[in-house]
Amino acid sequence: MRNLYAFLAGGLFGTGLYVSGMTDTAKVQGWLDVFGAWDPTLAFVMGGAMIPMAIAWLIAERAKAPVAGGSFPAKPAPKLGRNLILGSTLFGMGWGLVGLCPGPAIASLSYNGLGGVIFVIAMGAGMLATPALRSRLDRAVPAE
Amino acid sequence: MPMDWILGLAGGLLIGTGGAVYLLFNGRIMGASGIIGGLVDGSGRDTAAERISFLTAVFLLPLLLTPVFGRVDTHLTSNVLVIAIAGLLVGVGTRFANGCTSGHGVCGISRLSLRGIVATVFYILAGGLTVAIFREILGVI
Repeated sequence: MRNLYAFLAGGLFGTGLYVSGMTDTAKVQGWLDVFGAWDPTLAFVMGGAMIPMAIAWLIAERAKAPVAGGSFPAKPAPKLGRNLILGSTLFGMGWGLVGLCPGPAIASLSYNGLGGVIFVIAMGAGMLATPALRSRLDRAVPAE
Repeated sequence: MPMDWILGLAGGLLIGTGGAVYLLFNGRIMGASGIIGGLVDGSGRDTAAERISFLTAVFLLPLLLTPVFGRVDTHLTSNVLVIAIAGLLVGVGTRFANGCTSGHGVCGISRLSLRGIVATVFYILAGGLTVAIFREILGVI
């Protein structure tokens, strides 16, 4: 059943990305382009997504366990480390350069041409390289 | 309200409902980079089946909707080098930060997680600066 629920969640996510226009890189770069032709659509998408999600967190606080068993993810300690800041900055640079982030990159794979495939391969390569990069950086500059 | 904003809000509600299902049914945070990254580096081997189920649906639904509602013009740049660099940055960045727009943004901010809020501020600032420099000043993207 876990896989069926995951499929349902992914289907809602993919449909939402398609409907909201978030697989259109012009809309994403338009949101980031505050000095140009600013497009506020992304704010509506984020705002809309947070409504059911905030309700879900409230339900999770009161429920004993998820439907498929296990436990709810604990809230992470409010600790801001080097990895969070550095990572978010690098991610934002890549996001701004082409207007794709991981979810929309997968959602648009069927109609994003060769460029969409190259992006996903490069993203996968970056993800694969990260553990080694992180331990190398840890040796040079300790994280905390 | 322009149609794009209404569709954005409607799509956002669907995205958030997906996140709610993933949390309340499977007890997991719907973060695209974490779900992909765990498969790529093998750290999520134990939960590979549900990750693959999730990602298959993310890919499949837009594919099935395209013939019905029309093809989205993604306006993706044709510059392969820029795409590859951006992909690498997104891959490395989201794994270092342990989250992206869906995990830190949608799921993190909605539970008032400090990490989610700060991550979102940083990736939006970095993205905004990147577009300002490379589009408005240099005119290369």
